[in-house]
Amino acid sequence: MIAHHLPVLQIVIPLMAAPLCMFLRHHVWCWLLAVVISWLSLAMSVGLLMQVQDQGVVIYEIGGWAAPWGIEYRIDQLNSFVLVVISAIAAVVMPYARASVDKEVPRDRAFLFYSMMLLCLTGLLGIAITGDAFNLFVFLEISSLSSYVLISMGRDRRGLTASYRYLVLGTLGATFYIIGVGMMYMMTGTLNIADLAKLIPAVAETRTIQAALAFLTVGLCLKLALFPLHMWLPNAYTYAPSAVTVFLASTATKVSVYALIRVIFTIFGGVDILDTLQVSDLLMVLAIAGMFAGSAVAIYQVNIKRMLAYSSVAQLGYMVLGVTMANVSGVTAGIIHLFNHALTKGGLFMAMGCIAYVIGSVRLDDMAGLGKRMPLTMAAFLAGGLSLIGVPLTAGFVSKWYLIQGALEKGWWPVAVLIVLSSLLAVIYIWRVVEMAYFKDPPEGCEAVTEAPMSMLIPMFVLIAATYYFGIDATTTVDIARSAADVLIGEIK
Amino acid sequence: MEFPGISVYWIIVVLMMMGFYVVISQHNLIKKIVGLSIFQVSVFLFYIAMGKVSGGTAPILSDGIETYSNPLPHVLILTAIVVGVATTALGLALVVRINDAYGTIEDNEIQAMEDDK
Repeated sequence: MIAHHLPVLQIVIPLMAAPLCMFLRHHVWCWLLAVVISWLSLAMSVGLLMQVQDQGVVIYEIGGWAAPWGIEYRIDQLNSFVLVVISAIAAVVMPYARASVDKEVPRDRAFLFYSMMLLCLTGLLGIAITGDAFNLFVFLEISSLSSYVLISMGRDRRGLTASYRYLVLGTLGATFYIIGVGMMYMMTGTLNIADLAKLIPAVAETRTIQAALAFLTVGLCLKLALFPLHMWLPNAYTYAPSAVTVFLASTATKVSVYALIRVIFTIFGGVDILDTLQVSDLLMVLAIAGMFAGSAVAIYQVNIKRMLAYSSVAQLGYMVLGVTMANVSGVTAGIIHLFNHALTKGGLFMAMGCIAYVIGSVRLDDMAGLGKRMPLTMAAFLAGGLSLIGVPLTAGFVSKWYLIQGALEKGWWPVAVLIVLSSLLAVIYIWRVVEMAYFKDPPEGCEAVTEAPMSMLIPMFVLIAATYYFGIDATTTVDIARSAADVLIGEIK
Repeated sequence: MEFPGISVYWIIVVLMMMGFYVVISQHNLIKKIVGLSIFQVSVFLFYIAMGKVSGGTAPILSDGIETYSNPLPHVLILTAIVVGVATTALGLALVVRINDAYGTIEDNEIQAMEDDK
């Protein structure tokens, strides 16, 4: 009985918990509620993943209205995996948030913080679960609006301007998306994604549909911060409270990548859009440019949170590159990197949160000798950095392996070389931090060994351990990603 | 080109580009929000115009009426209007906080202050 209603409960429970926080008003109770809800979400999404593995696509009609008139939630291999990624990250971030938020957000506003976190979680889960193109827009805006609030909540005033700039660009992106949806509705009379996939091939040659594709792609690329549409991302990640940075960096842009995959492979799957309209070439060039530009700019940053933000721009390039290959290995790489990068970057930003908690700064100069002062945190940073570079035995290696394999299957060997070269840039910017932390002496007069509280260290080590677990034994994740990619590629006729 | 025909779409596109231009060209943060609103409203009009069936009336069942306009896009836009209002409100609230923190709402002046430190 409950199992049948899991898809809608996945959304309704966090959605209802968000206003409940407003009534509780006490920061400890709100935090407890957020932790319980995020763990519940994780349990439900794992339940859904198992259902999908057992019996294939799960379809839930909201209010009993049959699609395409009603809104349906449609969960297949791909989005059940994305749901698990989002809720798993939320389940790790919420316990972490407690100490970090106490330090970085004024206490009288902490209940609003948890309320917004839950709303953001709802929006992100909604984007992943829905089978309706317009519904996706609504969830996109729920998650975006709450993330604008979250980014502006820190003590640094630059968080306000970062949030404002993200608001302007994010709204433009979402509005572009909705123009595209409107154009598709004009030509097909449906908003249901599965129904659109059936009806689009008949009208694919019209200029309206081609314009719709352009709007959808640009809108979603703005949301996922594909180079050169990434301008909102570095400041937003740098000045947001640490817990927010961890959560958004590992989920928000990933969900937009998922939405882009849906548009390209499901809605436009019947017309082989990547070849006929040269979308593939365009996205590939931008993805590779992003890989290099993001990493190159990261090398020169003195604020390490901003450095990791630019590195995110580069990593999103890998994901989009995998998608544009449009073969099973490439798309598998894109999906699996979505998961692996969420773990890696989540762990790295958590380390930054711990450092900000203890020394109150994330600037490179202030990190001198930190390897001696905060041995656990720096060890986690180093371990996460290795995964970011893509050293064997880490999760980052698995995704790059498949990415290079995808490029070679296509015969794009120069692309494979570029992937390796851009990974080497990651060595440089991670090395700068390692050198500063381990080979410089700590400044005079600072206290010996201090670490962040256990409630922050444990979630950080959970994520870092996961990057190694899924790097050494990648069979589970690769199987899921590969079967999702098989379905997606199968949709291209 | 027949009138009104598709001229409504021209109006919408012009409006959209005006909003977009204001967002890009203005330094004043409130003016940017105004531009953003114009941009969003033009999309609302786009949906509403799309739902109109020529000769159709309001979609309420009654005797002797055969053609109705399509109500679905109009309903969708009700949702989008709510989103638009929320965005504008949040944007303006941020501008208030920015004004408190920086003492100005001119983007270029804020940029200069941020570059200093």
